[in-house]
Formats: sequence, C-alpha cells, structure tokens
Amino acid sequence: MEITKETAPPPPAVPAAAAHGRRGVTRPGDRIFSGLSRGSGILLLVLMAAIAVFLTVRAANAISQDHGNFLTTFEWDANTTPPVFGIAVLLYGTLVSSVIAMAIAVPIAVGIALFMTHYAPRRLGGPLAYVIDLLAAVPSIVYGLWGALFLVPHLQGLTSWLDQYLGWTVIFDQSNPGTAPRNLFTAGILLAIMILPIITNVSREVIRQVPAAHEEAALALGATRWETIRMSVLPFARSGIISASMLGLGRALGETMAVVTVLSSSDKLTAHILDPGGGTFAANIASHFGEATSLGRDALIASGLVLFVITLLVNGAARVIIARRKEYSGANA
Amino acid sequence: MKLQRKNRLRALSFGAIAVSGALALTACGSDNNSGGNGGGASASANASNIKCDNAKGQLLASGSTAQQNAIGQWSKDFMAACSGVQINYKGVGSGAGIQDFLQGNTAFAGSDSSLKPDEVAQSKKVCKGGKAIDLPMVGGPIAVIYNLDGVDNLTLDAPTLAKIFDSKIKKWNDPAIAKLNPKAKLPNLAIQAYHRTEDSGTTDNFTKYLKAAAPSDWKYSGGKAWQAQGGQSAKGSSGVAAGVKQTNGSIAYDELSYAKGLQMAQLDTGASKPVALTTDSASKAIADAKIVGADGDLSLELNYATKAEGAWPIVLVTYEIACDKGNKADTLPATKAFLKYISSDDAQAGLANQSYAPLPKEIATKVQSAIDGLS
Repeated sequence: MEITKETAPPPPAVPAAAAHGRRGVTRPGDRIFSGLSRGSGILLLVLMAAIAVFLTVRAANAISQDHGNFLTTFEWDANTTPPVFGIAVLLYGTLVSSVIAMAIAVPIAVGIALFMTHYAPRRLGGPLAYVIDLLAAVPSIVYGLWGALFLVPHLQGLTSWLDQYLGWTVIFDQSNPGTAPRNLFTAGILLAIMILPIITNVSREVIRQVPAAHEEAALALGATRWETIRMSVLPFARSGIISASMLGLGRALGETMAVVTVLSSSDKLTAHILDPGGGTFAANIASHFGEATSLGRDALIASGLVLFVITLLVNGAARVIIARRKEYSGANA
Repeated sequence: MKLQRKNRLRALSFGAIAVSGALALTACGSDNNSGGNGGGASASANASNIKCDNAKGQLLASGSTAQQNAIGQWSKDFMAACSGVQINYKGVGSGAGIQDFLQGNTAFAGSDSSLKPDEVAQSKKVCKGGKAIDLPMVGGPIAVIYNLDGVDNLTLDAPTLAKIFDSKIKKWNDPAIAKLNPKAKLPNLAIQAYHRTEDSGTTDNFTKYLKAAAPSDWKYSGGKAWQAQGGQSAKGSSGVAAGVKQTNGSIAYDELSYAKGLQMAQLDTGASKPVALTTDSASKAIADAKIVGADGDLSLELNYATKAEGAWPIVLVTYEIACDKGNKADTLPATKAFLKYISSDDAQAGLANQSYAPLPKEIATKVQSAIDGLS
C-alpha cells in the first residue's frame, strides 16, 4: 500500500493512457511498481519451492532409514536404534479432530453470520463482531491452557453421558468409563472454538454481498425471512461459505499448542473418540522436537511434509468446489 | 479492505498484549517454582565464597529444563558476586542443548543423559584438541504422585508400579495394591496413570527404574519417549501435575518440585521399611551410583534396584557438558569459575531448597577436580 503512494504519484494523463493500453507513455514509477509487484510474486514462489525442497530432502533421508512402514506404522520411535516410525496414528488423529471441529464450527459460524447480517439489531451487530475478532486474537497456547485446566474437567459429565446413551454407536463408546476426557473429541471442540472467528468473519462478508435485489425478490414473492435466507442468501453465499470453512480447516489441521496441551497422546489408533489417545502431526512435532536426535528431527520433518501435502490437497479441493459453484451463482446472478 | 486492515491491527495489538502478559506470567511461574524463599539469604551467604577468577563477558548455555531452576538461582547468585559476567541459560531440552553445544553456539550444555559415542565424536570439532565430557551436577528426585480420595498413605513397589503404568492393574482395589496397603480403604475406582506427552529425561529415568527393579513386569526397551500403551498423557511436568490434581484416581511420576500440594506414594524397595521421597533419600541413591565414564568423563550409572536403607531409587542426574580441552578462550574463565561455583559444597547445599538432590560428597569432589582441569 505504502509503496504505491511513494513510487506512483498519480499524473493526470494516466487514466487515458491506461485505457489505451500499451500505446501510452510508461513512466519510471510504473516500471518500478510493476517490477516490485512481480518480484514479490516470484519471491513467494521461490520461498514455497525452497520450503518444499527442504522438506523433501530431509524427509527422504529419514524415510530411507525407517525400519517401519512410514505410512502404516503406529509407533513414533524415531530416536531409538533402529528407528521405527509411521504416520498412521497422526494422519487419523489430525483428520478426525479437524472433522469434529468442522462439524461443530461451520453450522455455528454460519448461524452467527446470518444473525449478525439479518436478525441482529445494528446496535448488537457491531459489538458482536468485535467479540468474535477478540476470539481470533487469543494465542493458541492460552486456548490450550484453558482447555486443559477448565474444559477437560468440565467435559467429564458430557463424555460420561455420551458414553452411557450413545455408546452403542461405537464412536462414543469409552472402553474404560470415567477416564478424563483428554481425547480427540475434546481437541475437536477446542479447535472448533479456535476456527470459529475466521469462518464467521468470512461468511459474514460473503453474506453481506448477496444482492439486495435477490432478497427483495424473494420477499416480494411472499417468502418469510427464513425462506428468503434459504432461497436467496444461502445459494448465493454457498461458495464463499465453503471457502471460509476451508480456511478454518487449514487452521485446524495445523493447530499445535492447543492440541498438545489437551490431548493425551499415544500410539493408539481407535474409533472410540472418547478414549484418550491418538495424536496430530503438528502436536507430535512440537512434543518430540526438543529431545530429537538428528534423524528424529528429519523424521518429524517428513511428517511435516505430509501435513504440507494434505493442506495443499484441502486447498485444491476447496478451489474445485468453489469453481463449480461459481457457475451456478453466475447463472443465477 | 480498510475494515480488514483495522481488524488485523486490532488483533495484532491484542496478541501483543496477550503475549507480553503470558511472558510476565511465565516469569512469575519460574520464580515460584524455584521455591525456597531462602534464596535471597543463601545468595548473600554464598557471595563471599564465589571466586570470580577473572571471569567476564557473556556465558551462553542451553539444555535440560530439569535443571533450569537450579541454574537460574546459581546464575543469579554468581552474577551478583561477579559483576562482569552475564549468564544466559536457555531451557530448550537436552537434545537441543547438546545440538547447540556441538555447533559451537554455547559454552556448555545441560543434559538429562550423558553423551552418546557419536556425540562425543562430533564434539571433537568444537573442542580443539579435546572432547566433550559429562559432569554430573544436579540430582532430580522423581516423585510418584497420586490423587485418591480417602487414601493418605500409599505404599507401592516396583512390580506394582510397572503393572499400573502398563495398564495391567486397572483398579485401585486390586489385590496387589491391597497387599502392600493392608490398612488403607482402597476404592473400586479406575486407575488413570499419567505420563509425559513429550520426550523427557524424567520418563527415561522412571522407565529405567521400572526396567531395573521389575524386569519381568516392564518389557519395554526404554528411552525418552513413553512406550507403553494406555493411560493418560500430559505435556510438561506442570501439565502432569495439573492432570493429577484434577483427576480423582490418578497416579503419575513427576519431578519433586512439581509434587507440592499433591500426595506422594512411598516405595517398598526391599529395605527394612518403605522409603518416602525427600531430597536426602534421593541423594542416598545417587551415592550408590557408579562412575562409568572413562578418560575424564564422569557419567554415572545409577543403581535403580538399590535396596540401601532410606534410599529413594527413582532419580535423574543432570549433567553439564563442556570440553575437557579446547574450550573457547574468551569464555573459558567464566565457564570454569561458574562450574566451579555450582559444584561447590555451598551451592550444592542450596539445592534442597529447590527440591533438587545435592550431589553426594564423593562424586562432588571428583566433579570439582575435573572442573579444575578444564582448559
């Protein structure tokens, strides 16, 4: 922003020249600015490539010395000889905790966004937005401490209830009833709170951009407020809400300190999400890095590479979904 | 756009406030941990005994968090006596500390375990004409803490502990526990055994104890990472203590300084009566250790299966790691003077205030003469 101000003083002739494209006079300011912006773009690509190369080289070194199967081994014993480590538990734990977080956060976030844009009086909407921003500003370690010291003891009742009445679903079954809920479920709830602000804020902006004409048309047809939202607001905002959710998912996948403090990690892969155990990529790296040998560090980097790839895939999937939805809303608009 | 930018600014400023708040909090926390309000008194008492020996400049060191509080207090005392010295010890973990030292970034490292052969080989690069040696310095007693309503005295032995932490004993009223505690009213409650989430020297020493004292009940190979299945894990010593505090029916191993306000189990080691953990009983077990390091190295092999009267066998010994020859010339005087001070009887005697175990006389003497020989 500042760069444009300094290097490109707006000469009066520029709009006309720009309109005529290349035939116009190119001034040094233009050239400097285009060079700078191109440079920033290239720098970003170089940076990404450098990270990818670094991760790949170190990861290849570790995987070649792994005495287990990197994809299917449950244990993470990278510092012992022979080193045996695999990402099965981490992959599962990362995905499950993120899915739980999304299942809780997305409906609530969309609800908050709709409330702020369509239901809340103006006087309430502002402060509410402010409070949501505040949620985003809390450092994740603070969420972690709150989770471990407050949320975990207070979730005991809920988990026992789930175990008792929904235990037949296998998912909510506790194999050792009454254990402290330091499990993937609690981690998921905490992650949901942490990704709530980003999903809410982006959804709110998207919902605000729904053309007034759409809503007025629905109202004119005699639709109630809920019907208006269902028929005109949600279809238009859907692709934006999906991309907001993917941003949230990205944060949930990579969240570290909060998970480390709340989750009781172990090499156990279980469908019972209320049993303590499991782990996530980022939490595993944080808890093993301090005492890792050089091979152990490379092994952690290898797991980081997998997380990198998963995040790429998630972003790619989101783009595909959005691109497809755009055609719909484009046709509608 | 404008709105977003404003939000970001706002978020940043809140983040900054929160972070600085957290920093202030952690600073308070570590001060509290170092416990002992006698710190001030001992500082002035020790000041006269500290020999500065031309020490000056900045002394960088890093490593084990287990000895961080001890080093913190010692550096405070030392810097108060020798005004030209700045000591900066960062608790980054033993592995990272050794790495820092081997890359030549620090004057000495603190570690929960002695150097491995390949690390000694690597050290020849930074120690010109010499190699790195282990100097035992701080004993860390490891307590067995538990939280069980209505049970104030609990005695356990190694096989029972091993079975509890391996999820073989699942209830508090198990016959094995009842046999050791005939008087206690043990409830029919699930045992929740806490261990450390992250790799830690405390885990390493606790499992070494289980392996040495109950070989038929603890089959894991050992190491800094927890290998058994089941149980609960929590991050850091304080995380484990917090977990035990909030869970009825829990048990864990943790450093003595974190056991304040929690119940501690006694240990039936095979001595005539069960041993309770104190800094004294831990020192007694360290006295039973053998020096196994060769060629100037003083690494210890603890006798975890000791049956000595009144000796608490679950201890860890943390080392300072420095070059025997070829220490950097600019930091050598300060390194030597500081290490000499912390191995002195006065400094060691102050350890008990902070829930550490002082080195037994015999070992301390050897450490002192090794430090005299550093060059």
